[in-house]
Amino acid sequence: MITSPSVIQAIREHGADAYPEEGCGFLLGAVDENGTNRISRVRRVANRQTENRERRYEITPDDYRAAAEEAAGDGLDVVGFYHSHPDHPAEPSETDLAEATFPGYTYVIVSVDDGTSADLTAWSLAPDRSRFRPEEVRLVEATASGQ
Amino acid sequence: MPDTQTRTATVRIPTPLRSYTDGQATVEATGTTVSDVLSDLVQQYSDLQSNLYTEDGTLRQFVNIYVNDDDIRYLDGPDTAVEDGDEVSIVPSIAGG
Repeated sequence: MITSPSVIQAIREHGADAYPEEGCGFLLGAVDENGTNRISRVRRVANRQTENRERRYEITPDDYRAAAEEAAGDGLDVVGFYHSHPDHPAEPSETDLAEATFPGYTYVIVSVDDGTSADLTAWSLAPDRSRFRPEEVRLVEATASGQ
Repeated sequence: MPDTQTRTATVRIPTPLRSYTDGQATVEATGTTVSDVLSDLVQQYSDLQSNLYTEDGTLRQFVNIYVNDDDIRYLDGPDTAVEDGDEVSIVPSIAGG
């Protein structure tokens, strides 16, 4: 993924704000000619899990449609998701793998240690769905939006 | 109009699957029910099959289908009727730990 420091900062802040629960949201941007997800901004969404929100998160299809529609208004697409791991490493859990959606989305995970954001990593699901593969996080000052 | 007449729907493709639809965000597919429309879709773009369906041919659990603004789960499921010009959307639900 390619993104800006302000996007990374926004994900970190949401993780800290949601602590001790998991925070989650959408990565909005575009897929470039190399198939890399370029993320222009994020959109927070409520964690729809009804219980154990310290260890689980859920984003409904209605939330997805609303985010996609809003993004489309700015010429953007949903290219991935982020969520936080309160007091847990920034690596995909077994639940993350079991619940994974389509390969090609970027999944960002930020660990939050005692209320402060720590490691931030990006992943994408392998085409055979067997595991998450690490994705490089490349920072540029500003990403082109609206393309 | 007889109920069996084929209708053309516009299918909305989620971002990562557009690499299998020649980059198109929407494609046209025909059928009288959601099930038919999706069959036509994967017939046109066969790489979508394993993304949308498990090996036993059921839609993956995180895959939700909408006809216009309605989740087919609250209509007739895969048997939900499709009218000419309807928009059929493939929408993921996201979860994890």
